[in-house]
Amino acid sequence: MSEPIKIAAPLTEDVIEKLRAGDKVLITGVIYTARDAAHKRLIALLDEGKALPFDIKGQFIYYVGPTPAKPGAIIGSAGPTTSGRMDAYTPRLIELGLKGMIGKGQRSKEVLDAIKNHKAVYMAAVGGAAALIARSIKKAEIIAYEDLGPEAIRRLEVRDFPAIVANDAFGGDLFEEGVRKYRKVG
Amino acid sequence: MRKVSAEEITKTVRALCISAACDLEPDVVSAVKSAAVKEESPLGKEVLEQIINNFEIAGREHLPMCQDTGIAVFFIEVGRGVQLEFSLEDAVNEGVRQGYRDGYLRKSVCHPLKRTNTGDNTPAIIHTTLVEGDKIKIKIAPKGAGSENMSRLKMLKPAEGVEGIKSFVIETVSVGGGNPCPPIVVGVGVGGSFDKSALLAKKSLLRPVGTPNPDNDLDALEKELLASINALGIGPMGFGGTTTALAVHIETYPCHIASLPVAVNIQCHADRHKEAVI
Ligand code: SF4
Repeated sequence: MSEPIKIAAPLTEDVIEKLRAGDKVLITGVIYTARDAAHKRLIALLDEGKALPFDIKGQFIYYVGPTPAKPGAIIGSAGPTTSGRMDAYTPRLIELGLKGMIGKGQRSKEVLDAIKNHKAVYMAAVGGAAALIARSIKKAEIIAYEDLGPEAIRRLEVRDFPAIVANDAFGGDLFEEGVRKYRKVG
Repeated sequence: MRKVSAEEITKTVRALCISAACDLEPDVVSAVKSAAVKEESPLGKEVLEQIINNFEIAGREHLPMCQDTGIAVFFIEVGRGVQLEFSLEDAVNEGVRQGYRDGYLRKSVCHPLKRTNTGDNTPAIIHTTLVEGDKIKIKIAPKGAGSENMSRLKMLKPAEGVEGIKSFVIETVSVGGGNPCPPIVVGVGVGGSFDKSALLAKKSLLRPVGTPNPDNDLDALEKELLASINALGIGPMGFGGTTTALAVHIETYPCHIASLPVAVNIQCHADRHKEAVI
């Protein structure tokens, strides 16, 4: 297997252009967390014409709801949640400049189109590998919606966060290509 | 009659919640390990190795292996010779409350429509049966939503028979793709009624992974389905590969002459189950 590519967060277009479905990456920098309830609130803000709680341009959103941090720990276990539940909200955020998403599982056609049209990238982390992934999180701070508990928006500083490019900006799709390669029926 | 106190139940449940979240049972660990050896996709192999590595970190450092520590599902067998002078449900829920709080587990239970979190991961889902003896056996199988959401139930026509069952199971795994965190264990409940088939599917997941079905016909069907599922190519996390499922477990029950219920309960690799006897 090839070596992972080290990339910085937030993302720039030249980095996105180099990434292809199936590439392993290690992300270092700042990423934001949000899942169902937070997405719903973000979209409601946009509907009201209000500003989002963080500047979304170039950013990564990591779909995660961590376990509570034990005393002295930075964060609890923090693996990806199913991305498909965010599909309804994602194209609008991509249009506003969101560049990277990290989660697990396939995305809808609308999300894949938005990724291609706006040069973004969707990455998958290994679902369930939550204790291992948490080790790459060096700082965590709630920046919005504290009342949502695990679903609050957090600003994370990560070092060598492990992920795999699932959908690149050129239409490459790891889920489709990988499965086609190993499918042994009809 | 042997008296058991509410405190004993609560204490046991509290400990079960915490250990289930952090320490995976050896049957699942060894199933993932042997899958990692056989997996044909290099990326798939790496994913499986990451999963094994994660199990080890979680066990060693007493951390939840997955951030989704689930809704707490219990199967409780109460011996007829046990005297309970309190609400068993209340005692179990108190144990869940304490376990999820003291174990730093995620509280993932909310009102179904308002979506407000109950704050303490209660209420639990509790299935109780009466058995012989004077002991209480408590089994916990906390369930995350990623795999639970990919589960399905269908009322087949009896004419569809075994072929209908097979295609529904395979279709369910196919539709789930990478969402339920494969490699998965596929629990299948056949027969009974609408509700009973779902319960059978869930119960089938309690059988240790890698042990054969005691019924020869069902054992053969499980093996055939496992081969068909792994031929789908979904692979670890849906990235493509030869390991989509670690096992298929089937449980059956007689049903009405006019119906054939089939329920498929998908279980992710974070296949947490623990039991204790009081
Ligand atoms: S499906 Fe299982 S392993 Fe995946 S995130 Fe949910 S609980 Fe964790």
